[in-house]
Amino acid sequence: MKTILLSGNTALSYAVKQLDVDVISAYPITPQTTMVEKLSEYVANGELDAEFIPVESEHSALSSVLAASAAGARVFTSTSSQGLLLMHEIMFITAGLRLPVVMGIADRAVSAPINIWNDHSDIMAQRDAGWISFFAESAQESYDRTIQAYRIAEDENVHLPVNLNFDGFILTHTYEPVTPIDDELVLKYAPKRRRKLVLDPNNPMTFGGLGSPEYYFEAKYQAIKALEGSLKTIIEADKEYERISGRGYGLYNAYMTEGSDTILVSLGSVGGSIREIVRRMRGEGAKVGSLSLKLFRPFPAKELAEVLSKTKCVVVLDKASSPGTIGGPLFLEVQATLKSFDINVPAINIIAGLGGREIGPDDIRLMFRKGLKVVSDKKVDKLLDYVGVYL
Amino acid sequence: MPKKVSEMEEGFIMTTPRSSMQTKTGSWRAFKPVIDYNKCISCAICWSYCPEPAIFLKDGKYTVDYEYCKGCGICAAECPVKAITMVRESD
Repeated sequence: MKTILLSGNTALSYAVKQLDVDVISAYPITPQTTMVEKLSEYVANGELDAEFIPVESEHSALSSVLAASAAGARVFTSTSSQGLLLMHEIMFITAGLRLPVVMGIADRAVSAPINIWNDHSDIMAQRDAGWISFFAESAQESYDRTIQAYRIAEDENVHLPVNLNFDGFILTHTYEPVTPIDDELVLKYAPKRRRKLVLDPNNPMTFGGLGSPEYYFEAKYQAIKALEGSLKTIIEADKEYERISGRGYGLYNAYMTEGSDTILVSLGSVGGSIREIVRRMRGEGAKVGSLSLKLFRPFPAKELAEVLSKTKCVVVLDKASSPGTIGGPLFLEVQATLKSFDINVPAINIIAGLGGREIGPDDIRLMFRKGLKVVSDKKVDKLLDYVGVYL
Repeated sequence: MPKKVSEMEEGFIMTTPRSSMQTKTGSWRAFKPVIDYNKCISCAICWSYCPEPAIFLKDGKYTVDYEYCKGCGICAAECPVKAITMVRESD
């Protein structure tokens, strides 16, 4: 198909249209708004035959698509920041009911102070809801992952909700060349698969019934295991997508990690900037590498451990904080991974980019220098450091 | 309801209607409502207020189904002629 110019938001909307979604419900919030606008336009002008349910809040938006999904519809919702926090309660229910809801998240800081710019505070607050969680680096990747998301969510071995994270403004509002795949190919790759158990007046069933202490643990265990087990389907879906489109993303993008002294681990759009700095620093003789993680849940610990075992210091960049503990959410995962797999590599944490604070080339160089200093000093001075904050 | 992970439907979906009947909530009760039929005027207020519902009309009399009555006491509180007494289970 021809390459077209799309923003992160409109690339996602375009994929949702091609996926022939049946029900959309969303509430507009910056920087997600243009995605919903585009979808309502597709529905209004007849390009997409779907129900668009305008609601009064994000709590209702997710509740609406949850119910539609329970009835067997292919659904979509999207939000950001405060809106995502308002969905928090329903996110656990969606995963607990094993409903293949797909949601786009334009990652944005959380109040207070009120701030509409990018960081990962909103999604990190949803970490334990039981959803599959992807991070994208470009509009093309947002588009591609959206198509993968439906194939994964609706797979009978998965049946779990998926959220697609793309950085607010940096990805949502930047126009990039995107090459979509053909409409028929989209539906051939991700066909609508009707579940065995759906809400049907002719065959009544109970969804969301009481799970008293005799039942709750088993039901919860089942959902936990489903998320762990989804990794296999996620990998297969990506491989198959690569076969039909020529584009695959894997669980991470590892750049110059082999034989490196320091690897900088990141999530989302900053990965591209980091790779550019790696390229420049390698030219200057510094043995640095980049690992941009694409999947946050299920956390690909084993796969990550393998890459990180081949370096001398791991620097983890968090665009979110977990106040009151030893580091940011991504750092805690990476540190736990290193320890759990007996990898004797020191790790330090950098928190940067909160509330849209720019992460520039010099900031990234500084992060690498901190890692290289751990290697030369053979000790960790500061486990957690903040880059780009004026003290 | 199946109690093992391997036997449970995904998402704890209950495929058999009326599965709530399998949970005999009568065992939760600390106080049981006892109806004095000498006072009862068959007004059906207990029947309409019972949240379970565990009060039925049986042979012309409002009767408590003790298999499901949780002993909340709403019927006793609402009875206009004070025909229902809450009696401690162990007594």
